[in-house]
Amino acid sequence: MPNVKLLTPLIAGIVTAATMATAQDLRLGMSSEATSLDPYFHNLGPNNAIARNIFDNLVLQNEVQSLTPGLAVSWAPINETTWEFKLREGVTFQDGSAFNADDVVCSFKRAPDVPNSPSSFGTYLKGKTVTKVDDFTVHFTTEGPYPTMVNDISTIAIVSNESGCDATTKDYNHGDAAIGTGPYSLVEYVPGDRIVMKRNDNYWGPKPRWETVTYKPIKSGPARVAALLAGDVDIISGVPTVDIAHLRENETITLSQGSSNRVIYLHLDQFREKSPFVKGNDGGEIKNPLIDQRVRLAISKMINREAIVERVMEGVATQAGQLLPEGFFGVSSKLEVMAYDPDGAKALLAEAGYPDGFKLTIHGPNDRYINDAKIAEVIAQMLSANGITTAVDTMPRSVYFKRASAGSPEGLPEFSLVLVGWGAGSGEASSPLKSLIRTYDKDRGFGASNRGRYSNPEVDALIDKALVTNDDAAREALLAKATEVAIGDVAIIPLHYQVNTWAARKGLKYIARSDEYTLADGVVPE
Amino acid sequence: MSVLVFFGLNIIGDPVYMLVSPDADQEDIDRVIRNLGLDRPILEQYVLFVKGALQGDLGNSFIFGESALGLISRHMGATLELAFTALFLAIAIGIPLGLYAGLYPNRMSSRVIMTSSILGFSLPTFWVGLMMILIFSVQLGWLPSTGRGDTATFLGITSSIFTLNGLSHLILPAANLALLKVSLVIRLTRAGTREGMQQDYIKFARAKGLSTTRVVGVHLLKNILIPIVTVLGLEFGSLIAFSVVTETIFAWPGMGRLLIESILQLDRPVVVAYLMIIVALFVVINLLVDVVYSILDPRVRLKEQGK
Repeated sequence: MPNVKLLTPLIAGIVTAATMATAQDLRLGMSSEATSLDPYFHNLGPNNAIARNIFDNLVLQNEVQSLTPGLAVSWAPINETTWEFKLREGVTFQDGSAFNADDVVCSFKRAPDVPNSPSSFGTYLKGKTVTKVDDFTVHFTTEGPYPTMVNDISTIAIVSNESGCDATTKDYNHGDAAIGTGPYSLVEYVPGDRIVMKRNDNYWGPKPRWETVTYKPIKSGPARVAALLAGDVDIISGVPTVDIAHLRENETITLSQGSSNRVIYLHLDQFREKSPFVKGNDGGEIKNPLIDQRVRLAISKMINREAIVERVMEGVATQAGQLLPEGFFGVSSKLEVMAYDPDGAKALLAEAGYPDGFKLTIHGPNDRYINDAKIAEVIAQMLSANGITTAVDTMPRSVYFKRASAGSPEGLPEFSLVLVGWGAGSGEASSPLKSLIRTYDKDRGFGASNRGRYSNPEVDALIDKALVTNDDAAREALLAKATEVAIGDVAIIPLHYQVNTWAARKGLKYIARSDEYTLADGVVPE
Repeated sequence: MSVLVFFGLNIIGDPVYMLVSPDADQEDIDRVIRNLGLDRPILEQYVLFVKGALQGDLGNSFIFGESALGLISRHMGATLELAFTALFLAIAIGIPLGLYAGLYPNRMSSRVIMTSSILGFSLPTFWVGLMMILIFSVQLGWLPSTGRGDTATFLGITSSIFTLNGLSHLILPAANLALLKVSLVIRLTRAGTREGMQQDYIKFARAKGLSTTRVVGVHLLKNILIPIVTVLGLEFGSLIAFSVVTETIFAWPGMGRLLIESILQLDRPVVVAYLMIIVALFVVINLLVDVVYSILDPRVRLKEQGK
């Protein structure tokens, strides 16, 4: 067997040649991969996270999505329809060119308008006009009052008017145009394999922590954990829940966890007299019981959220009583997690005229949220145990979301009870209120993800008012009030907030971010 | 083929809802649908696709925004490198072991070889891959568990075979991919050898007083190679086209992983282009197999048959 003899010295040689990474190098094993280095090409978490290393935004979101100064040092509304942003002076791009208002103006022009973009940043820039006042002042104007201006502005990275604004997505991916003012500059991008960056020594903020940073996509969960254990990467994102327990016991590994801005919830069909997946106990058609608030409340009471968090999620989640975890802007302090109360639920069902329950199907994705299919199954069992005979139907997200949003022959949501999640990208409560709770209104862009077509004029009025109230305290009160009314009405049934887990080698930890981004400078010594 | 793939893919799901940010409103969603050309009737989409395909344009990836063909060819190098290494391992390990087991069927070592080959056949690739990572990377720390190593260019070919770091990354995935093929080659070679050794021409060669090396190396090997080449040709195609599992476990940036991710995210143009390329590839491989036949076996040479 000559071949085996050949292999042995080869392996030995490679082992000695393998270089150990120094303390200044960071290698990250990622559960998902950016699709481009063009910061405007695809509004997608992994892309935005990579862009945050290379580029800066005018306003940055910190780990709990509070707004902090980035390339803008201050901002304020100067009248009902205009916001003024003062820019940071003395900042240079990684190619040495200076940063000023021209870069901002042309960045905001390019952002909504990238050819072939599968998901554009235009969503955040509709109806906004940017004008240069002087080299370090810009104005954003809108038609009416627009209090969430700063949240929207904080989503847009700033590229250079010399190298970035006229460049194509291809130029960015080749590295020629991927030049920002951020803490790291691009060294190498091999799609599917790695993104390598090095420290930007001229960074305007605190000195970036790492000399070199390498992002590696390792999408298979077990392989990602193995790569960490083998020392091939220093930190991994998206630790599979089944591995958390044994990694916690491993002394060479440190886990970092943090609540995300993502709530997992149920939407119920509240707009059809006859709902396609609701049947009487004899299998015949019945009037849609989910329109009755008491029935929705009963379903919410039948769900043992503690059991879901402890058993299905292995403790890695937080029970939810509203749209966002506490601490976020616009969250109500009055709402509690709905208690598990099967007797109360049965009484409510009887009161609503369904003492013997009915038949229902819950639909959910099986590859989108952490343990999504298992959660749907557990909920079906909980409902079935309390009189509502529930079947489960889960499917890949590529099939699911279209059907859940517009799958019926008339282009309406197809299902009766859906399991979905919502991450509040803007980091405040108007995001889920606008998209999930507000009455569906195509022209005004409301309720795009209102898959139950919940509609309540009182809630709509509160949301509409909040969206034009510039005063922060008054707006926060309005958003909280709208949430309270909607949850009281069981517009949706919140289940839990996802908790994200990162695992790092001993000596490092990650400052967990609610927006689920993995940033190089968030990896810090323990 | 293109009809089947194109229409089959278009029945399933909807890529738009996979692409848009959840913050997008209905107007944004409609714009994406228009941009991707999905608002057109399916027949018109197909006609446009065929038109493009005839000019060598198989469409743009929904997710990456660049040409599907370019995207695939960029990932092809990594996969070819993996597949050739696996094929080399299959031949270099499989044939000698198979010959040995065939020539000395009653020795203990032959039995060990044959039993191991059953394991090679029956253990699932993903499990073996993970076990290899656990043993060689996590426990022993000898080899890296993930990704492709440094590449270098030699004779115009850019590959990670030419660097030590690259080779160290290549060994585990290539061995994982080769395992099944090695077992296959061992069994084929052994069966061929045992049958071949009974044939008259072998007896005759021996009677002529030829050395064992010559009898086995020339007379026997040449005759048993034909079935092996046929099977390896087909298997090589599947090595290239469907090394999905290995590429996923080892985070190998090849086209198998591109395929599975494109399927999951409904990046239809990439899936269609991929399958078109694979069809072409299988045709080419089969042609090559036929050419190799004629080299190995004079009887199948058409020209001489005609004489």
